[in-house]
Amino acid sequence: MELFVFVCATAMIIVGALGVVLRKHPVHAALSLVLTLFGIAVLFVAQHAEFLAAVQVIVYAGAIVVLFLFVIMLLGVDQVENLKTEPLAGQRWVAGLVGVCLLGLLGAAIYTGADSVISRGEGIASNVAGDNPDANIQQLASSIFSDYVMAFEVTSILLVVAVVGTVLLSRRRTAGKS
Amino acid sequence: MFVNQFLILAAILFCIGVYGVIARKNGVMVLMAIELILNAVNLNLIAFSMRNGSVDGQTFALFVIAVAAAEVGVGLSLVLLIYRNRRTISLDDLSEMKG
Repeated sequence: MELFVFVCATAMIIVGALGVVLRKHPVHAALSLVLTLFGIAVLFVAQHAEFLAAVQVIVYAGAIVVLFLFVIMLLGVDQVENLKTEPLAGQRWVAGLVGVCLLGLLGAAIYTGADSVISRGEGIASNVAGDNPDANIQQLASSIFSDYVMAFEVTSILLVVAVVGTVLLSRRRTAGKS
Repeated sequence: MFVNQFLILAAILFCIGVYGVIARKNGVMVLMAIELILNAVNLNLIAFSMRNGSVDGQTFALFVIAVAAAEVGVGLSLVLLIYRNRRTISLDDLSEMKG
């Protein structure tokens, strides 16, 4: 059953990712991105990271993809990218070569270190006694608000800076003020 | 289920993302490919957190998602600004900084 879920989610992820990089129409690429993100959320559930799966669906598929679609809409949907023209000679070919070489390197690294990561861990949710359905959320909360509370606060500063920067950048400058 | 499968899947996803970043010329498309790369990293973090029996990897993945949201906001507003000034988002047309 686990293998079946993994294979289905992997098929979703790979098909969606190939759709993101290969589809000409930006809206189709964004919908393929949704497919990939849902597949990753399925894998999160399979790995007992239920809270992260919910965050993945809400933040990525809900917010980020909608942001992408809004920008595509603002820029005009009819701007289909012409995949034939290549101003840089052989750019696509070089990109494919880089991708395959990187995949080979990563695969070699995984193969080399296979025996040290091949075993399955004892699982996370089993650390909290019993089959408490909220075990994952409780563990995550105690980790964030005790061990990583500093990083959490810094993240809030980062988000404030990002929001202010986004508003400042996309504001249309009025004629009266400089 | 073994961790290795997740690592290989994340590697494939990462390489597809790298291909997209290099090959696509549309600015929005490049940002989408960057999302693919960040998701590959998240997959690795979750797999290793499962392997370790610790929840720290999930915490890091949460921070990665927050940073990705901030990055997409700023990046898309930059794309909008470029489009407003240049009437194009093709990255090949932005060659003022060419040496």
